[in-house]
Amino acid sequence: MNNLLFLLLSSVSIISALLVIFSKNPVYSVLFLVLTFFTLAGHFAIFLGAEFLAIVNIIVYAGAIMVLFLFVIMLLNLNKESEPTTPMLSKISAIVAGGLFLLVLFAALTNQINAPEALNSKAGDIGMVKKLGQVLFTEYLLPFEISSVLFLSAMVGAVMLGKKDLKQG
Amino acid sequence: MNQLTELFAPNLNNYIILCSILFTIGVVGVLIRKNIIIIFMSVELMLNAINLLLTAFSVHHGDSSGQVFVFFIMAVAAAEITVGLAILVMIYRNTGSVSIDSLRNLKW
Repeated sequence: MNNLLFLLLSSVSIISALLVIFSKNPVYSVLFLVLTFFTLAGHFAIFLGAEFLAIVNIIVYAGAIMVLFLFVIMLLNLNKESEPTTPMLSKISAIVAGGLFLLVLFAALTNQINAPEALNSKAGDIGMVKKLGQVLFTEYLLPFEISSVLFLSAMVGAVMLGKKDLKQG
Repeated sequence: MNQLTELFAPNLNNYIILCSILFTIGVVGVLIRKNIIIIFMSVELMLNAINLLLTAFSVHHGDSSGQVFVFFIMAVAAAEITVGLAILVMIYRNTGSVSIDSLRNLKW
């Protein structure tokens, strides 16, 4: 039962990831990317016991970032007709290069580690909000504070770049 | 049938394979598309594959630090996308297209 669910979630995430990069309309790409993020959140919640990350994945990615993408696509009025095309030769060579990269990853990673036991049996409570909060606010307090400065600078940068003309104020 | 489903247990081996495939899809997406927005989405796909693998390893080792790292990666990705989309809107305003081919002023 567990294995079938894993197979289902994994195949849905791989197929929707493929549809993200192969669909012609950017709006469809965004919607398939949302589907991919939901399946990944399912992986987090069901098999890895990382409830906090599952919720944050849905809120931050599927909620905030994808809405931003959709908003920009609709603001620029992009559709199938305005989609730039790639020559067939570079498409084929890119796919061959990607296949070779996958081969290298498999060869490097799959033989080195052998851990056949299922992860959901050993997840325990390390993904719960309480445990993660304790680690985040003791061991990783300084990076957490610094990331707030990062967000502030990103916000200022986005506002500054998005303005039409800086001279007019 | 039973042996076949045995292969798809949610263990670390299968997570390595799944995340490698997702990461490769992201790489291929960056290579084959000319639309800057789709390239951003492919980068997001790669980041998410890495997030999933970090969480799998964190569970495998019983250490919460991996999941805190995933949290930071999400924060940095959100900031990156905000600035990136602002730059994209500015590119569109100046060149009238979202193709990476429109940015060739530095080409000799």
